[in-house]
Amino acid sequence: MSDKLINATNLQKFFDQFIAVDNIDLSVSRGEVVGFLGPNGAGKSTTMKMLTGFLEPDNGEIFINNINLKSDPLKAKEYIGYLPEGAPSYSDMIVADFLSFIGKMRGLNDNSLSNRLEEMANQINLKEMWNRPIETLSKGFKRRVGIAQALIHDPDILILDEPTDGLDPNQKHEMRNLIKRISTNKAIVISTHILEEVEAVCSRAVIISNGKLLANDTPKNLENKFLNKNTLFIKVSNKLNNVISKEIKSLLKYDDVKIQKTDISTHTILVSDSQKNPNLNTVLKQLNKLKLDVIEANFQKLSLEEIFRKITSDNNSK
Amino acid sequence: MNNYLNKTYIILDRELKGYFRTPLASIFLLVFLALSSGMTFFLGRFFERDQADLTAFFSWHPWLFLVLMPAIGMRLWAEERRSGTIELLITLPVTNTQLVVGKFLASWIFTLIALILTMPIWITVNYLGEPDNHIILISYFGSWLMAGAFLALTSCMSALTKNQVIAFIISSISGFVLIMAGFNLVLSAVRSWSPNWITETISSMSFLSHFSRIQMGVFDLSTLVFFISIIILCLWINVQLVQVKKAD
Repeated sequence: MSDKLINATNLQKFFDQFIAVDNIDLSVSRGEVVGFLGPNGAGKSTTMKMLTGFLEPDNGEIFINNINLKSDPLKAKEYIGYLPEGAPSYSDMIVADFLSFIGKMRGLNDNSLSNRLEEMANQINLKEMWNRPIETLSKGFKRRVGIAQALIHDPDILILDEPTDGLDPNQKHEMRNLIKRISTNKAIVISTHILEEVEAVCSRAVIISNGKLLANDTPKNLENKFLNKNTLFIKVSNKLNNVISKEIKSLLKYDDVKIQKTDISTHTILVSDSQKNPNLNTVLKQLNKLKLDVIEANFQKLSLEEIFRKITSDNNSK
Repeated sequence: MNNYLNKTYIILDRELKGYFRTPLASIFLLVFLALSSGMTFFLGRFFERDQADLTAFFSWHPWLFLVLMPAIGMRLWAEERRSGTIELLITLPVTNTQLVVGKFLASWIFTLIALILTMPIWITVNYLGEPDNHIILISYFGSWLMAGAFLALTSCMSALTKNQVIAFIISSISGFVLIMAGFNLVLSAVRSWSPNWITETISSMSFLSHFSRIQMGVFDLSTLVFFISIIILCLWINVQLVQVKKAD
């Protein structure tokens, strides 16, 4: 028995000759929030649709809480809450009736349904819109209704396809807080192309492009893995006045040496060159001559956005 | 089993209430009553016939249903696919058969409501004379059964497209073919080149010939089996279409 709530192996999906998902492995444990990243058309939604049982993979297997999705789809689907892309709902229904319908379909009895409805109204702030037809709601509220229907049966697994797409910054912030709040005892997969979202809520980032899984790691590990070899980042615990700064610049034979004050007692030195990558050992030796106390020295870290661009553009150019 | 039926009922309940959430139900019921009465009194010459029966009322039902059943059923699947709610439905712990049957039953019950609302005509003919109420009751049941076949056909066609208008047109055309199958015009064209059994098979597929027999008070097992088979066949194809076309 695996403790993984989602365990998908070798997933493949073809649309005619086009391969939308190409041998993707993905597992998610309780307490994890996995950010699914990728350019438009990368295969994010197709993968999510396979994980929820909407599409059948052409190859590969999916286990939901150790239940094979293919052989026992009804049982497996009970563990999943799903927000499809665009948060579709029956726009002519009022919020209460729509959530009640989904709750009943999820097998909740009258008692637990009324409890869950009340919890949803409070937890997702839907009280004021409770008896309004969904078609009259703003995009933000429609998205909340979508989240509420995914959560109504308190599922172990939550799959959210672009939950913050089209929301204003305040609504995005609220949505992320909500995801963080509920993430402790669930396995959550969210797809997005907003990188800050991954940094804000996800414990793991999965990057896919052209149907292939290109990276699968914590945001921190990704930052450590994908360093900018063009720029050296050196932090020293010395006060660098103008004279020392000039000395450093003349000692280091590179095009571009920037010295910035980090705080009262530390400075950072950024070294880069348009012709060649700077050599870490050489630079450290030179700085040693000036008796500087180096606290940290490495190639400069890339932001998640830069990592994403690098990975996906490398894959596209192959 | 209980759980299985329960989920089907929840789908049915949502769909049936859905008709009444929008003006669709009232518009449809009004149009149905206006057209069925109009055809009975003006085209069917109810009074001029001077007979205490509802032949003038029922004989127009196949033609009325040809347009009105696609109007009721065109949204059943096309709208789910257009709005993306099909993703919600399919990812619920429910089978496609439950979804298809629940939706179909909702539209069929809605049609039953429409037929019940025509009861004043029945009362009128009883007030004016002494009709054979047995034949009228059988005709009502036959009419509802035929409506079910039209609806199952429409539901099936609705799963083919995201566009309700297209669903309406292809449902009407296929319904027209099933009505016309009993006409001499079609049969004589087929008879000239095909063996007798083909002509008879085509003739036996006709909604019109089955319904004409019902109107005469002849309700045999073959008619019941015919309409029920059409319904089951169309719904079975409907289930397959939902499976195949859901992600298009």
